[in-house]
Amino acid sequence: MSDVKVIDEIPTYQVTLFVRRFNQEDGLEARWEDFDVTVHGTDRVLDALHKIKWEQDGSLTFRRSCAHGVCGSDAMRINGRNRLACKTLIKDLDMTKPIYVEPIKGLTVEKDLVVDMNPFYEAYRDVKPFLIASDKPEKERIQSPEDRERFEDTTKCILCAACTSSCPVFWTDGQYFGPAAIVNAHRFIFDSRDEAAEVRLDILNDKEGVWRCRTTFNCTEACPRGIEVTKAIAEVKQAILRGKP
Amino acid sequence: MVVIETPRSPRSRKSAKFERYGWLYMRISGALLLVLIFGHLIINLVMNGGITQISFAFVAGKWADPFWKIWDGLMLWLALIHGTNGMRTIVNDYSERPMIRKTLNIALWVVCGALIILGTLVVTTFDPCVDPSVSHTLSVCK
Repeated sequence: MSDVKVIDEIPTYQVTLFVRRFNQEDGLEARWEDFDVTVHGTDRVLDALHKIKWEQDGSLTFRRSCAHGVCGSDAMRINGRNRLACKTLIKDLDMTKPIYVEPIKGLTVEKDLVVDMNPFYEAYRDVKPFLIASDKPEKERIQSPEDRERFEDTTKCILCAACTSSCPVFWTDGQYFGPAAIVNAHRFIFDSRDEAAEVRLDILNDKEGVWRCRTTFNCTEACPRGIEVTKAIAEVKQAILRGKP
Repeated sequence: MVVIETPRSPRSRKSAKFERYGWLYMRISGALLLVLIFGHLIINLVMNGGITQISFAFVAGKWADPFWKIWDGLMLWLALIHGTNGMRTIVNDYSERPMIRKTLNIALWVVCGALIILGTLVVTTFDPCVDPSVSHTLSVCK
């Protein structure tokens, strides 16, 4: 037993969270509310929000499902940057200052940190995010590793809306398809098994399509999955100019 | 629960030919302008004595050569349309009221058109001997 390594106790910290609160039913304007929370060194912003909801104010409303960076439910603006609350360790933020948590921008706030995602999903649906193929193979559709690699990056999207709601064009123009929809179009446009690339390119060759992109790279910086979003948009632009993927 | 209706109107599906060629124009004119503008700056302000060489005679000498007329004319057209199209995209990004957007865009293109006409007139009809107070100093006018 003597060679068992003693693991240090996880340190705890006192942090202050400023959370943007809004409730349509109380008739008040959106406002900042501060909460003092004791957190562990292993805690994420989501854990702090849970502590507030479970121990201090049960009315705090936010979305989360898997809590492990896969479902994409808890994208929010933390200290002015779009991140997933479940992937942001509190000790990686500056704990000497309050942590600001607010809903993602550009979408209508429904309550506290919950926004109406419907416009976002609508843009996603508009690019036909499903395989369109006329052949009816007996088994699977064969694809070479190189052909698969072509769209590998854009398969990683979890539809958290961190990119689209970080885009300054989307903030002022809700009609813009937004980075997430273009990323998901890219995923099928460059898939060798798909036959409707031209249809999707035509959809994105819209007044509110890829040409609205100003290459500010906010989307690439915001993506919690590390997708090179701006690069994907640029590839779609080039494909539209060529008329084919 | 109150459900907020989505604030967006349905997508128009307007043809984006203009946006597409606009985007392409910005890239091509940008690359050309890099060469034209830096060439212009180096030849006018760095080579052969730098800024001290610039005078009426210097400009008259340059514009006696069709090569420089084309160079400067190209610079004028490309830069003005490039700049105006850039301003148009900024107006489209920031103006929320359709009337303001339309007004600003019309104003932009009117100014751009006026400057292009004036500039083209100067480049194509330039005659160093028109003004007698300076023309006697130029050998070409004697």
